[in-house]
Amino acid sequence: MQRIEYPALGMALYRAQLPNGLSIYVAPRPGWRKCRAAFVTNYGGADRRFSLEGQTCQTPAGAAHYLEHKMFDMPGGGVDDVFAARGASANAYTSEAVTSYHFTCTDKFEENLRTLLSFVSTPYFTPEAVEKERGIIGQEIAEFEDDPGAAAYMGCMKLLFGDGPLGDMVVGTAASIADITPETLAVCHRAFYVPANMALCVAGDVEPEAVERVALELLPGEKAPLPERCYDPDAGLEPAQSRAERAMEVSAPQFCAGVKLGPAQEGPEALGQRLTAELAMRCMWGKSAPAYLALYDKGLLNDTFRWESTYAGGVGYIYLEGESPDPEAALGALLAAADSGIDPKFFARQKRAVYGGFARMLDDFWELTESLADGGFGGFDVLKAPDVLEKITCADVTAWAREHLIPARFALSVVRPKKEQE
Amino acid sequence: MHRTRRELFPGAYLTCLQTDKFRTGLLSVHLLTRLEAGTASQNALIPSVLRRGTVKSPDMAALAARLDGMYGARIEPSVRKLGEIQCLGFVADFVDGAALPSGGSLLPEAASLLGELLLAPNTRGGLLLPQYVEGEKQKLIDDIRARMNDRAEYAQTRLIELMCPGEDYAVDALGSVQAAQSVGYVTLTKHYRNLLGCSPIEIFYCGSEPPETVASAMTDALSALPRGEIDFDIGTDIRLNTVDEEPRIFTEELDVSQGKLAIGYRLGQAMEEPDMAALRVMDALFGGAYPCKLSVNVRERMGLCYYVFSELDVMKGIMTVASGIDPADYEKALGEIGRQLQAVRDGDITEEEMGIARLAVSSRMLELTDDQGALEKFWLAQNLLGLDYGPEELAALAEDVTIQDVADAASGIGCDAVYFLRGGEEEEDAED
Repeated sequence: MQRIEYPALGMALYRAQLPNGLSIYVAPRPGWRKCRAAFVTNYGGADRRFSLEGQTCQTPAGAAHYLEHKMFDMPGGGVDDVFAARGASANAYTSEAVTSYHFTCTDKFEENLRTLLSFVSTPYFTPEAVEKERGIIGQEIAEFEDDPGAAAYMGCMKLLFGDGPLGDMVVGTAASIADITPETLAVCHRAFYVPANMALCVAGDVEPEAVERVALELLPGEKAPLPERCYDPDAGLEPAQSRAERAMEVSAPQFCAGVKLGPAQEGPEALGQRLTAELAMRCMWGKSAPAYLALYDKGLLNDTFRWESTYAGGVGYIYLEGESPDPEAALGALLAAADSGIDPKFFARQKRAVYGGFARMLDDFWELTESLADGGFGGFDVLKAPDVLEKITCADVTAWAREHLIPARFALSVVRPKKEQE
Repeated sequence: MHRTRRELFPGAYLTCLQTDKFRTGLLSVHLLTRLEAGTASQNALIPSVLRRGTVKSPDMAALAARLDGMYGARIEPSVRKLGEIQCLGFVADFVDGAALPSGGSLLPEAASLLGELLLAPNTRGGLLLPQYVEGEKQKLIDDIRARMNDRAEYAQTRLIELMCPGEDYAVDALGSVQAAQSVGYVTLTKHYRNLLGCSPIEIFYCGSEPPETVASAMTDALSALPRGEIDFDIGTDIRLNTVDEEPRIFTEELDVSQGKLAIGYRLGQAMEEPDMAALRVMDALFGGAYPCKLSVNVRERMGLCYYVFSELDVMKGIMTVASGIDPADYEKALGEIGRQLQAVRDGDITEEEMGIARLAVSSRMLELTDDQGALEKFWLAQNLLGLDYGPEELAALAEDVTIQDVADAASGIGCDAVYFLRGGEEEEDAED
């Protein structure tokens, strides 16, 4: 494995790409009790249409997530027991962009790693088990549907992406998962769960070579063909629709506003693109930004307000969410901030604060391993963030804001209290 | 990890965990007071009002500029309920010396800012600013009302409110809308000054600095701390038995499609001399770990839910179970949860289940040593319980818990209340 030193961060990273195409990242942490391994496939809710070896497949909303649930079945029984018998806890999640399988343990790391690699690369879908899972996932969907925050977010995604895959919930709906069969799951597994489409990321007091050795031993040696993803290239930057409202039993209006950023860059430049976006949003909307503080003071925002950028399905988008008695006014003020200049001293402080957030991330094994995978799929080295951050200027951030934060391109989804509407 | 504990001022204790494992330092200060319906909202308001501004940094913009300059250090208001004790204060975290590009240490600055926030708020004529109090009061009211937005959390809160009438434990950490509404800036100032004088205080630090350095930084930062007669007589009343013989059943309606089931139990005689390791292993085995009796049966075998788990409050001697189910499955789920608890009481437990539960507790404890925030919560609770052992010791104790210990720990558990939050209209039966 290749050892890369990051003297400024006081850490080293081991990296390898196996002949089968799998990327491995290991961040050794001597003295830590906990180890975390994440085996991540570059396949999420956004990857609904694809072609594999010339054949096009269209899959229903919720397929990637359904597959995630069913991967935990093995011919000898569920793998949860296997991990649990070693005191390890394994779990998984599916986002718009990826499906991640992970465990944390304080003992028997190598055995747990073997179990992780085996179960994620073993498709075993019986009709009975697939059928039974429909009820469990149905309850997971119901939970999302009852959650006002999730409803506001999904409303926004629908506004931005309309009928595109990003406009649907990653978990799907009761109707969309109704026809998922073992065959659906098998096709998706064959297409996306190939080593060349995956990353294995580990943090903890482990021996990096052991990770590589186990992966070489357990995973297929040959490079399998990669699926071709069919994203809609002409979707443009305008939202499908710009405003939506619904009523739920909720204490105060919940909102989610979003805008598309256009194609997600890949390669080393992508890190600059992402950090510029992060820094720009912090300058305009962070907890020290004048716009946020003014809205907080007026009672138009509270500390539930947050924002995030996401890159999935070949595009980037950002969203802002929170609670406000007047979401439209809050959004207007937040966007007006994009037009005003940024004080250079304030900018310098925000850079420092972003660095502090990065340093925290290195101690958070969840964030660290998921970011390494994210960087691997995006073709950039996330640990170079401090160097890249250093080079971003105030002018870069202002230019980014002027290019992307166009009020007419923003969608706003609001969940209002039922009583207010009646 | 080297732990020390010392008294800095009368009734103000500093717990230090020195380690160079982390890139950040964590420093917290909590005032401890009784959780009571009459004062909970006032107490809850104090940290957020103080966080609005100090004499030196009079508003949030000035505070934010200081924190950003400290590499994005954070100091967040903290309000917690531990048994029937309300803890209010601040939790700060900041990049630790070795990871600072500029070198040096942020501890002195963080400590002094914490001290300012706690002791030197922005006041006029000695009173907290009315506009800060009013602004934060409205936000507190919004926060209390917003509990309903998280349906699962809400069901748990309502369960406890309904299950424990007449006990302080029924009071939410944030108090109630009604109590919050009646708070004014004059009474709040008086209450705040009173708390500063009489509350026991817990200070916690985890990071690379030696305890002497932390003690000296905090002694400086809190040098103006007024100390009067300290109210050490705070604690939690433990009720061993259920209120009625049969569980009380509560149903409420909200416009939801998934029903939220919340069940509350009293731990019974196990709380007379609580064996913390046995209680935790019992909880892990029943519903606190994954897999466990509840997940294997209610979720995997019967497919009734996506989540089902149990939680312990060892301070109060209460266990709760939470699950999200189709309202049509209410009886089925309730019955099965009861059967699984009976199995635990009866010692109907396999060695395999036992092994999983022991390891779940011990690895959870060992993992906790890698998480500063979790360590802070752990030690605050241990200090309040008067317990002196750390997560590693608890992990070792869990390894020795036997099936008989678990059955004994569960033998006196009684179901006290069932709360079900469901949709208003009659649900159609789920398709099979």
